[in-house]
Amino acid sequence: MAKSVLVDLTRCIGCRGCQVACKEWNERDARKTTFKGDFTNPAKLNSDTYTNIKFVETAEKNNVGWSFIKNQCMHCREPACAAACPVGALTKTAQGPVSYDYDRCIGCRYCMVACPFDIPKYEWESTSPWVQKCTFCSERMNDGMLPACIKTCPTETMYLDDYDKIVAEAKMRIAKEPNKYVQHIYGLNEAGGTNWLYISDIPFDKLGFKKGIPNESLPNYTWSVLSSIPEKVVGIVAFLGAVAYFRGRGSKEEGN
Amino acid sequence: MSAQNNKQAVLSGGAWVALLLVVAMIGAAIYRLSAGLGAVTNLNDDVPWGLWIGVDVLAGVALAAGGFTIAATVYIFNMKNYKPIARAAVLTAFVGYVIVSIGIFFDIGKPMTLWHPLVMWQPHSIMFEVVMCVVIYTAVLALEFAGPFLEGTGSPAAKTMTSRKVMVPLAIAAVTLSFLHQSSLGALFLLMPAKLNHLWWTTMLPYNFFISAIAAGLAMVSVEYIIASSIFKHECSMDILRGMAKGTAITLLVYFVFRVGDIMIKGNMGLMAEGSAGMLFVVEMLLVLIPMVLLFINSSSAKTAGAIFIPQLLVLAGVILNRMDVLFLVQIREGATYSPTIIEIIITAGLIAAIVLAYRVAAIKLPIASSAQADK
Repeated sequence: MAKSVLVDLTRCIGCRGCQVACKEWNERDARKTTFKGDFTNPAKLNSDTYTNIKFVETAEKNNVGWSFIKNQCMHCREPACAAACPVGALTKTAQGPVSYDYDRCIGCRYCMVACPFDIPKYEWESTSPWVQKCTFCSERMNDGMLPACIKTCPTETMYLDDYDKIVAEAKMRIAKEPNKYVQHIYGLNEAGGTNWLYISDIPFDKLGFKKGIPNESLPNYTWSVLSSIPEKVVGIVAFLGAVAYFRGRGSKEEGN
Repeated sequence: MSAQNNKQAVLSGGAWVALLLVVAMIGAAIYRLSAGLGAVTNLNDDVPWGLWIGVDVLAGVALAAGGFTIAATVYIFNMKNYKPIARAAVLTAFVGYVIVSIGIFFDIGKPMTLWHPLVMWQPHSIMFEVVMCVVIYTAVLALEFAGPFLEGTGSPAAKTMTSRKVMVPLAIAAVTLSFLHQSSLGALFLLMPAKLNHLWWTTMLPYNFFISAIAAGLAMVSVEYIIASSIFKHECSMDILRGMAKGTAITLLVYFVFRVGDIMIKGNMGLMAEGSAGMLFVVEMLLVLIPMVLLFINSSSAKTAGAIFIPQLLVLAGVILNRMDVLFLVQIREGATYSPTIIEIIITAGLIAAIVLAYRVAAIKLPIASSAQADK
């Protein structure tokens, strides 16, 4: 059963311990940042930053407040990036993570364009660049440890378990406190479902979560094209062969 | 034997300019390969695909579609009156695909791993399919071009390589492979229904790409035929130009009905009124409708090549705009900025110049051009 994570946004206090733990475990360099008018820092994910906490000011029910949003790869159940990759560098593993094989990647960057959540980032400064994104700490999980961000979180904002149990837990929390939570589990249906699921006390579109992501599996769109290639080839060749035969009857060789 | 060599010095006038651009490109390419992709381009995490993917690959492949279209017309549909342009069309496509491959080599982050898709198969990836089709089709084009090449060298094998029993199967392979990868360049974007404006995104996108590529291919062959006739000073057959004008116009009509009909059926016409994307769509459609009307009129009445030249150029502009729209609209997000660096522009310009030069060398050294009447 694939591992999955429930992110309960109501629990996050914005300490950014997860950001630091992620950088430490994955040995990613720090980058110089500048004040951009809000407290999200770094402002965006980049090839050295697999996760960040977005600071969003909200004004719900006349209460001005902060929301803190843990942002990283959603580890889609049917990832568009893996369907995009021409060399199979990105793959969905049975354990849950969408993993990246450094030795295969050619740097076409189709995964970056295809990802509905804009997660994969590129090492633009390198002469031999790789794609970088959250690994779900797959090697830690294989050794029976929690992902670094979850391990370090002081408020248990994130909860790791098998997918079915995570979905049940999310539903249970929402049902238990219907006045606290919005009735939406982000990631349950988005892009055909993700292994990271979110629940929140503020509507997700007000927190900058991507809107309009279809609920179907994105790879189905391209697979329906690819899987019908054999029939198309047979059809086209048969048709053109017949045309060439009938149109060519009686035309003798002219040495061109 | 009607095909003949053009008698002219390889380097003269404009060819020197092209050569200069190619030399500049080689310098820029060495810089690109040593300094890395990020250092020489303005590509970034928000806009990972830029000028090279847009012009060198998406537009380049569409404009090279004349190769399979004319091969099909002459060898499959057996319309022999188009034979005088068949070799030029195949030559353009062959040179075009080689240059597209070089463009991809510069664009990928690790150029030395360009061969990976050939051994690391991923049949669930549209990009993998495109790569395979392009590689195989380039080989088919090389075989199609072997005839003129062997003739040029005086080899006895030339007769076999230009015979119908070789050219007909090659033309069938060319159409099949072209259908697959021309449409799949559109299918690349099927993964992004939430990112691409629905005036462009539709499950019909692969077919839109294929049909518009046929129009672009015919337009490109026409434009090139007119220019080559003027440069090499041989007669330009108005029959051929008018026939291709009609073919382009019919293709544009099919494209327009198919594309707009699909948008209407899906109830997305309202998006036309929204912002700059709506404007771009209107311009794209004007660049379909205006040349379509002009080409329909001129396909029966045009007496000079000029009357066909301008509308065919408009067709090219429309298809190039379409590919750029798809490429950049899919990458629109908050804070995204991109404009190509001078290095990106030099490499793209140099690749285009390389196509022109290679075409010119082949047209002078090999029996490519046919006089308009000889083949009747």
